[in-house]
Amino acid sequence: MSAHRADGNDCDVAVIGGGVVGLSVAYGLAGRGLAVTLLDEGDVAFRASRGNFALVWVQGKGVDMPEYARWTLQSAAAWKGFATALQDETGADLALEQCGGFMACLNDQELEARAVQMRRLHNAAPDCAEVEILDHRQMKALLPEIGPDVVGGTFCKHDAHVNSLRFFGALHEACVRRGVVYRPNAPVNDLAQISDGFRIATPAGEFRTRKVVLAAGLGNAALAPKVGLSAPVRPQRGQIMVTEKLAPFLHYPLVTIRQTDEGGVMLGDSKEEVGLDAGTSHEVLGSIAARATKIFPILGRAQIVRSWGALRVMSPDGYPIYDRSTACPGAYLVTCHSGVTLAALHASVIAEAIATDVWPDGAVPFSARRFGDVSAVA
Amino acid sequence: MFRRLLEPTHAVTIRIDGNYVTAAKGDTIAAVLLLAGNPRFRTTSKSGLPRGPYCGMGVCFDCLVTIDGEPNRQACLAKVREGMEVTTGLGSPQLAAGKQP
Repeated sequence: MSAHRADGNDCDVAVIGGGVVGLSVAYGLAGRGLAVTLLDEGDVAFRASRGNFALVWVQGKGVDMPEYARWTLQSAAAWKGFATALQDETGADLALEQCGGFMACLNDQELEARAVQMRRLHNAAPDCAEVEILDHRQMKALLPEIGPDVVGGTFCKHDAHVNSLRFFGALHEACVRRGVVYRPNAPVNDLAQISDGFRIATPAGEFRTRKVVLAAGLGNAALAPKVGLSAPVRPQRGQIMVTEKLAPFLHYPLVTIRQTDEGGVMLGDSKEEVGLDAGTSHEVLGSIAARATKIFPILGRAQIVRSWGALRVMSPDGYPIYDRSTACPGAYLVTCHSGVTLAALHASVIAEAIATDVWPDGAVPFSARRFGDVSAVA
Repeated sequence: MFRRLLEPTHAVTIRIDGNYVTAAKGDTIAAVLLLAGNPRFRTTSKSGLPRGPYCGMGVCFDCLVTIDGEPNRQACLAKVREGMEVTTGLGSPQLAAGKQP
């Protein structure tokens, strides 16, 4: 390990972005003996991590990209060990429940469309997509509170959920324990290649680093071209509500409804193209609530205590982008919208790739080259 | 532990856990419960440990009580009304009665 000053201004790797993605990569890099500085923005930054639904989700992922189905399943499989290590290092209970998860359909057309999608996914990636199509009776056996409007749905045994607040806190604490220097209020004003690495200018000072990882979510779009990379990402808003804490009644996560280990029920999630607006609207929240109460009529008696909006980081096809720069060796890009699900791979496979500069086969299909921008990527 | 600094000018009678209690117009439920020497407002859904007001200003959600049959109301924000029924000591609402795992 090279000398790492306490202020982190001279480091082996600077990770730009202190959300789940940046923290996961930083955690993995620090575990490989590297001196890591994590540059984060302040409280008012757009943070996709704020909008996460705390799912480690597999079913339906990668319908148009079997490599993504495999990548997702690989991460879900690695989550158990990842969570155990984080819990051992921090003492936090992440409440990881790998019990499988459901999606509920409210009419026959929805169910048929879902079934077609799942068959397509199975044909494209027969090695990983294990999704069962269920009728109302089969759903009711495991989700006794579903209402009569639920005609059926899908189940995947690989789906899981966690306590995302404790996960985020544990990641942060584990990073600091591993020696990562966390620098908040350090938005990157400038990033430039220098003879032995990169120089990064922020209001919190200047940083010099041998390698730099762009994990800045929507901020990557502006940063990537500075180091010969391309990050064509756009914001997509999701709104979430959470109920008062309720006695447990829901023992499996659904893709849009889950009861946390502490009793609150989270309801999501919209997909809105509204630019850089992380607000909420009654119209969207109302439709989320209406659908949730059709699926679980008893939720009509629950009180909502909070609602919020957040911006997902979406690439043109919705899949992650992993790249290393050929124009500026030592610069890497990591971005996705499933930062919780993929955290286990970001902390292991991706961190290893960045530490060794040996790019794994599994990450190759996720280069931004697939969008036709071949300006300078690996 | 708590005492009134001013004697009430308008008395309001409410029931707390079945007992009649005299409060002052404008009191919050939390104030009345604390004046009555009851800091245990509810129990948590996970551990069953007792909780009472922490922030006193609507942020922490620790002072939850049942008011006129409606559970999980914030006692620090709700003001007394003549004839109000307050129940303390309950855990989280059971939406699905008797359907424990």
